[in-house]
Amino acid sequence: MIRKRARLLVSAAAVALVVSACTAGAGLQPSSSTGDQSTQSATGGSTTPSGGSGSTGTETSGTSGSSSSSGSQPAPSDGTLTLGLVLEPVSLDFTTQSGAAIPQVLLDNVYETLVNQAQDGTIVPGLAEKWTVSPDGLTYDFTLRSGVTFSDGEPFTADDAVFSINYVKTKWTVNVADAMKVVASATAVSPTELKVVLSHPDNLWLFKMTTRIGAMMSPKHVDKLATEAIGTGPYVFSNWIHGDSITLTRNPHYWGSTALEKTIVFKYFSDPTAMNNALLTDQIQVITTVQTPPALKQFDDKSKYTIIDGTTNGKVMMTMNDARPPLNDVRVRQAINYALDKPAILKAAWAGYGTVIGSHEVPTDPWYVDLANRYPHDVAKAKQLLAEAGQTHLTLTLALPPVPYAAAAAPIIVSQLADAGITVKTTNVTFDNWLAKIFAKPYDYDLTIINHVEQYDVTTVFDGTPDYYTQYTNPKVAELEKQGLEGDHATFIADFQQVMRILADDAAAAWLWAFPNLMVADANVRGLPQNAIGESLNVFGLYTS
Amino acid sequence: MWWQIVRRLLIFLVSALVASIVVFVLLTVVGDPARTALGTNATPQALAEMRLRMGLDRPITTQYLSWIGGMAHGDFGTSFVTQLPIGPQIGERLLVTLWLVAGGMVVALVVALPLGTLAALWHRRVAGWILSGLSQLGIAVPAFLAGILLIAAFAVELGWLPSGSYVVPATDPIGFLKHMVLPWASLGLVQGAVLARYVRSAVLDEMGQDYLRTARAKGMTLWRAVIRHGLRNASIPVLTVLGVQMITVLIGAVVVERVFVIPGIGSFLVDSVARQDRLAVQGIVVTIVVISLAVSFLVDTAYALIDPRLRRR
Repeated sequence: MIRKRARLLVSAAAVALVVSACTAGAGLQPSSSTGDQSTQSATGGSTTPSGGSGSTGTETSGTSGSSSSSGSQPAPSDGTLTLGLVLEPVSLDFTTQSGAAIPQVLLDNVYETLVNQAQDGTIVPGLAEKWTVSPDGLTYDFTLRSGVTFSDGEPFTADDAVFSINYVKTKWTVNVADAMKVVASATAVSPTELKVVLSHPDNLWLFKMTTRIGAMMSPKHVDKLATEAIGTGPYVFSNWIHGDSITLTRNPHYWGSTALEKTIVFKYFSDPTAMNNALLTDQIQVITTVQTPPALKQFDDKSKYTIIDGTTNGKVMMTMNDARPPLNDVRVRQAINYALDKPAILKAAWAGYGTVIGSHEVPTDPWYVDLANRYPHDVAKAKQLLAEAGQTHLTLTLALPPVPYAAAAAPIIVSQLADAGITVKTTNVTFDNWLAKIFAKPYDYDLTIINHVEQYDVTTVFDGTPDYYTQYTNPKVAELEKQGLEGDHATFIADFQQVMRILADDAAAAWLWAFPNLMVADANVRGLPQNAIGESLNVFGLYTS
Repeated sequence: MWWQIVRRLLIFLVSALVASIVVFVLLTVVGDPARTALGTNATPQALAEMRLRMGLDRPITTQYLSWIGGMAHGDFGTSFVTQLPIGPQIGERLLVTLWLVAGGMVVALVVALPLGTLAALWHRRVAGWILSGLSQLGIAVPAFLAGILLIAAFAVELGWLPSGSYVVPATDPIGFLKHMVLPWASLGLVQGAVLARYVRSAVLDEMGQDYLRTARAKGMTLWRAVIRHGLRNASIPVLTVLGVQMITVLIGAVVVERVFVIPGIGSFLVDSVARQDRLAVQGIVVTIVVISLAVSFLVDTAYALIDPRLRRR
């Protein structure tokens, strides 16, 4: 009896892993999942398109993120809109819990940031209506909006901003908080003036302030972050039925224009079919993450459903262990890239949704260079390179974490590599094992497939030092990245474009496709963000017509 | 009879205690709960602080006693992962699953009793074979598949019933019933098919007994004799199976819960395992064990009520 129950627990764990792994396509953040991040604050950082040294932010209309609806804005309604999501948060506290699930619900909707990221990736005003950066790139002067209140009625002032920034530095236990280490001091000059001084120039910092670490919190409520969420946003946290749904309701005292839909329900489905059925039977109005693109056919009726095919920052790639023989030979890695027919892989694995990429970038990155065709499908060339490298009878293992895109892509990759004379054995690994053995030391793998979802994460994933699981070592790349991060805008773009080319030339990995933001919505739902750019699922502009 | 009940009660308590020790030991020796709660980036000081807060510095027996002592008062502790009290959550989720299981078992009985009895009475006729075949088919279909098929037919195609989700009966009784029809049916039809096999063989056994022949000799029809005398005797083996089935369904309901998006105890267990919430997993597993033992205890006690012969021994 007891043994049976212990077994149940184990198999339950297995089910759960598969379930949570299904969401990894959208939610996995490898670079924030383990502790091996010491390099991030040293080399981490990129610039933001509009945020070069000495630039000044200006007022633009509306808040970021939410797509402005075409045509006239409708009147606010008392309706309810239910969204289907995959991964339910563990608690409401993203200062101690990592993962994408909590900021997806709370950021921008409940907690706001000083600056926001617009759909095109530019930085726009949020709770700060404008800001200036000193020419040396060290001092940021923010002018905060006046008349902003937290949902408990207390005013939001520069003191709260100082508190929030220092709180990230001292109390947050998740590793994304490392990005705040660059801040030397934050001071409230007046209730609406905030001065932040960095210890060294870091253009990435302002961009990072649009993510969860930039969330402005009230000092009065931080001891109950797990169960309460008091922010300044257009919605307030209202109710959580554990295992089922989280409900947000309109904040009637919001400083900006009133949210259009009164109630937004985030409903969680561990089973993709159950989520599809819920939309078909009108229990939800939006599938926010399509997990099985071939199943989209049942939503073909355009009069009833809208399919949204936008972009994310996700880069689906077959990572190669660049330090392990024979993959430490650039010719072997190039041969693998020549052997793969990437458009065919995308078509078969993900129904053609997404964009084929050839380096660690997505088309919305400011430095994007189209390298998708760097290694055209050429089996003869692949065989020739393998022969030159003396690897005519190559056998490699491909470790597959339980994520749907890996399972979908693996069979095609195996057969294409077999055509070039490379024998690939696939092994399935649990997500825990993937994190413990592949993503962390001892980096025990040849090949694996994963979606790196973080924006501008090339400085982490390919930092040029062997301190990351890709084990790609190239001092030139490290130098270019550092120089780009601290230089002006033009230098930054040029340096990073060169990094992209070097990574592609060195075949540092086999990049497959830029992960699409695939959603299905009821045809009368308007205002869904087309692209999943930031960390939140911004519902501010959502309404039904 | 009273001694019987007291003895069984003692067995129940001892089993529950042993189970709680095993669960505790199994889950405590695995991993470092403090690191799990804090994530991989935690500093050594933070870890030490957390260990102190979680009471991990105490000897394991003290940890166990404080945990089991709290549970005896209904205090399951507060999760270090979700920072929510565990007891009320277990209660909430368990209630959902109990509704599901209870309804499913009612459907199973409603299906199995007539089906099994008729299959026994007609066991020499084609109709009996057809009924047996039907129940065989039902056994072969897993509950989740039944659920998916029922959703496809009644929710997606016909649009008569919702495809899933849970409605609290107190706030919307009609909605509750509507949402539960398909889950009840998918659990109940499959379990009913299994149960029908046992009802059939139990009734067949009783039909060969002397007392039934006597009853018929007195002029009773076969139907009346079976219903009046046979079913009561046949119900003992059926009750045993019913008890076992209830426990199986309670644990197995997680699959149906997932298909129908019902936030029951099974989903709670799976989620808690996924988020490595040790304290919650401990509480849930012990709760399920205790319920299973309680069902066995009740079944044992029920024998005595149904069969007077078992009372005297």
